[in-house]
Amino acid sequence: MTRPSDPEQLAAGVLAGDRRALARAITWVENRHPGAGDLLRRIYPQTGRAHVVGLTGAPGVGKSTLAAALARHLRQQGERVGLVAVDPSSPFTGGALLGDRIRFSHGPVDDGVFFRSLASRGQVGGLSRAAGDVIHLLDAAGMDTVLVETVGAGQSEVEIMRYAHTVVVVLAPGLGDEVQAAKAGILEVGDILVVNKADQPGADRTVRELRQMLDLGAPRDPGWKPPVLETVAGSGQGVDELAGAIRRHRQHLAGTAAGAQRHRWQAEEALRQQVLARLWERLQGSRRWDELAEAVARRALSPGEAAERLLADLGDPGAEEPAAGRRSPVA
Amino acid sequence: METQRATTTPAPAAGGRIRVLVAKPGMDRHDRGAKVIARAYRDAGMEVIYTGLHQSPAQIARAALEEDVDVVALSILSGAHNTLIPRVCEALREVGLDDVVVLVGGVIPAEDVPRLLEAGVARVFGPGSSTEEIVAFTRAAVARRRGETA
Repeated sequence: MTRPSDPEQLAAGVLAGDRRALARAITWVENRHPGAGDLLRRIYPQTGRAHVVGLTGAPGVGKSTLAAALARHLRQQGERVGLVAVDPSSPFTGGALLGDRIRFSHGPVDDGVFFRSLASRGQVGGLSRAAGDVIHLLDAAGMDTVLVETVGAGQSEVEIMRYAHTVVVVLAPGLGDEVQAAKAGILEVGDILVVNKADQPGADRTVRELRQMLDLGAPRDPGWKPPVLETVAGSGQGVDELAGAIRRHRQHLAGTAAGAQRHRWQAEEALRQQVLARLWERLQGSRRWDELAEAVARRALSPGEAAERLLADLGDPGAEEPAAGRRSPVA
Repeated sequence: METQRATTTPAPAAGGRIRVLVAKPGMDRHDRGAKVIARAYRDAGMEVIYTGLHQSPAQIARAALEEDVDVVALSILSGAHNTLIPRVCEALREVGLDDVVVLVGGVIPAEDVPRLLEAGVARVFGPGSSTEEIVAFTRAAVARRRGETA
């Protein structure tokens, strides 16, 4: 059997929901294959239909088990579900041990679910650099919901905000006190807070503290007060309520200015990241880079001055577009 | 946009990082061997997807497809290799993954090895195999596969 090897074929396969094409397309995006840009350009107009749900939280709170339980539940409701689970790469070898499938190993053997493990590949913030594009691919392949499970996150891994429509922050009883909770930036990104392992001692107290904390701060979205839910992912308890809360949040976004604002902000963030990545690659590859870095090291120039000079040297290169098969995407 | 410089890790091969599915088909509960080899692959710079215990051939094939792996490494100690391994190879072919490198590790009697190779296994590693040997064989097999199918 031959694999699709050009962007047009691969895009057609993804859009038709072909699972092998989807798997290969994700690999292209991860490896920054020369055809990946063309592929993404072709599928992007067909994205925007899936609801993207991020699950984040500290290591060990049960994100994987909860993601698997949620995927099963949504599948039972007839949805097509994409699951993306990110685990860290080793900073030394670049290798990675991706174990999130273990929690999903008793899931349905069914074409309505597509699970992909991603290594973070040096990206900080709890996701992989390719995560946004992988979400687009799953969306284009016809998934109704895309669940994204981040690397076990601490207090600053809030990258998921850039991609998810609904962010679920998962906690467990007895992980840090009230003050810790109030400080944690990760809680502020949560549209839904879940206390998993709610059958363990201290769950009620954790729920109470979270509710008190939410009462103190101004919510990110004035029209949406994040619910605090209890689940036992292992037994499926509370998963129905979580799915319901996600559905309500989706409806909330669809009907309010806050939802439109969030979409717009995410589009701007995606654009900003692309601009920065391209700019960085060009600067780093430019002749002046070494020279100016050396000048900064000698204290001859401040980093700010050197940056100004680098940018000035870029001049006005005009629009940079891939040459082959240009076609303006449908808005 | 494809050029990536100044990474702290060695540049990936032309086809990107080697991805390996480490799976345990069948009912035995001894996953130490699987964990050792998963760790060795990781330390060799590969991305390893570990599926956990008790995987059916269909589940293994599904995972290999979704994860777009180069290699499926099967660890089996239950003694059921003569039936299970060919069924995994068959399941991989059924989903179109006839070019994935299939490796087997475990206690396999010498007289059973030819049958497994015939079923589609690239190599069988017995209990005495070193992780270095397995990693080196895997790299070479993936390089051949990528050269042939790129």
